[in-house]
Amino acid sequence: MSAVAVQAAPAPVAPQPRRSGRPGWGSPSVYFVALLLVGVMLAPVIYIILGGFRTNSQITNDPSGLPHPWVFSNYVDVLTGSTFWHEAWNSAVAATLTTLGVVAFGLMVSFVLARYHFRGRGVMYALFASGLMFPMTVAITPLYILVKDLGLMNSLAGVILPQIGFGLPTTVIILVPFLRAIPAELQEAAEVDGCSRLGFFWRMVLPLSKAGVITVGILAFIASWNSYLLPLFILNNDSSYTLPLGVQAFASEYSVDTAKVLAFTSLSMLPALAFFSLFERRIVGGLTGAVKG
Amino acid sequence: MAAHSEGTSAAAPTRTGVVGGGGSAAVALPPARRRSRGSGSWRARLEIALLSAPALVVFLAFVIFPVAMAAYYGFFDWHGYGKATDFVGFRNYTTILEDPDFHSALLHNGLIVVFSLVIQGPLSILLALLLNRRMRGQSLLRVLLFVPYVIAEVVVGTGWSLMLQTDGAVNGLLQKAGFTALKTDWLSSPSVAIWTLIGIITWKYVGFAVIIMLAGLQGIPTELNEAAAIDGASYWQIQRRITLPLLGPTLRIWAFLSIIGALQLFDLTYIVWGQYISSTAGTSTMATYMVSNGRNAGAFGYGNAVAVVLFLISLVVALIYQRFVLRRDTQGALTGGGR
Repeated sequence: MSAVAVQAAPAPVAPQPRRSGRPGWGSPSVYFVALLLVGVMLAPVIYIILGGFRTNSQITNDPSGLPHPWVFSNYVDVLTGSTFWHEAWNSAVAATLTTLGVVAFGLMVSFVLARYHFRGRGVMYALFASGLMFPMTVAITPLYILVKDLGLMNSLAGVILPQIGFGLPTTVIILVPFLRAIPAELQEAAEVDGCSRLGFFWRMVLPLSKAGVITVGILAFIASWNSYLLPLFILNNDSSYTLPLGVQAFASEYSVDTAKVLAFTSLSMLPALAFFSLFERRIVGGLTGAVKG
Repeated sequence: MAAHSEGTSAAAPTRTGVVGGGGSAAVALPPARRRSRGSGSWRARLEIALLSAPALVVFLAFVIFPVAMAAYYGFFDWHGYGKATDFVGFRNYTTILEDPDFHSALLHNGLIVVFSLVIQGPLSILLALLLNRRMRGQSLLRVLLFVPYVIAEVVVGTGWSLMLQTDGAVNGLLQKAGFTALKTDWLSSPSVAIWTLIGIITWKYVGFAVIIMLAGLQGIPTELNEAAAIDGASYWQIQRRITLPLLGPTLRIWAFLSIIGALQLFDLTYIVWGQYISSTAGTSTMATYMVSNGRNAGAFGYGNAVAVVLFLISLVVALIYQRFVLRRDTQGALTGGGR
């Protein structure tokens, strides 16, 4: 990861798919491979989703069958209960605030690292980059004690703050090349026109680094939405559960009711999937700057 | 957002004053970039301090400090409440290094590292080439490929563990297709379970590798391919002689991330196998060893020592990797790549 491009010059615009007219259909073999692949990649997901439309006896008698007949009661039960909505709300709050924090703090510090010259800059960059070496697993016990001492146990803040901290290294590493790629001439021109450096930050840097910002935002959101280990330590009270903990609690509470567990599980993955599908193209665009050699 | 940050940085300037302090701009600048006016002025220092304070404070408090504390607790026989007072020096570490359970966890991590690279590397390049072609349904295909990467480990683990039960969907399918001989105890048989785990890992993380490879492919100018095609090179020749070499830096970054991720794997195996079965089925990793012999056994000091060992192994691997593999691409971040 240290291998972030030094001279990367990401195009500060969203990547243009190279299209001249409509794409052709390509060769049948390519499509065959693609279909096969999609089958393998989606099988477990489809199993989870369809399993929610079956009854337990169907699942036991024919584990790999299709719903026959389709039953909707599992999904209806989950959606009309309050547990799912409450946990989805907790997850959404945690993910949104984590994303905002990571993007705001990450953008500010990346701006400093990319465009100011001061002693200690290299050290500061190395400090953030070294954060990639510390997965949360390594620090989880002291983190738990720290959160407890701060009185943040069972509160979403106790999950959000560490997630912001652990999200910063990736963010800094992706954003610094973006911000560095903005030509110095542009900044000088802005200064000549009487624009302060902070004004430059607001008026030029933000719009030009949008692709990178969206990328790190999505990565932070999905990481938070899916995070498991940290909430497991911090949130022991089921009113503060996020969805991943909820899935586990639900699975142990209804361990005999496989169909219902599958319905709950499939509903819990939908938001992240929807979020990702909307922005998929942007993610690749934002990373282009960071991985160029 | 700016107002938001000022609120949290009341005490910050004193803390980060060091950063901007001294006669700044003593750093040799790259020739192409002229120094912007007054970067040594108090104003620039204030900007540096204010802009970097929130990130630095959160990062130091919630990442660096806990990591340092983990290193400290590792020297104690400590059970998680009260102050750590039973200093035991390196005893935790000698226990770890002599424990056969840790050896097997380390071996599993090694297998996961090797097979992640060997399977996902070639596979993700092929998939990225496929997805980079102009064809209909391409973006749908992309989204579908990334689905496993986006789904939570908990969901993946729950789904796979239900499917892989002895009387689950996978064996059911094999039965239907007539491959009765292939039915097996995917999760509990010690000779099979580790391969099941590697299979799930491949399925889950190959999407991430493809994202990175696609980003790398988009950075390759198309003129090169077009020129080669005009000179009569075949599709595969172009990929071998042009795309692959140019994808080198991307591949090396991905391999680095993949190795570190594989060394630190926790969620998947912990959710699918749980702490007890993972050691009997042979799918334990250093991180699951840490949780089951540390926190879950009430031995917090010991768990932290395991965390330190895990970190040191990652660090050594990372430094070796930087020294011998990445040095062609750039200076390493850990050795002052901030410029």
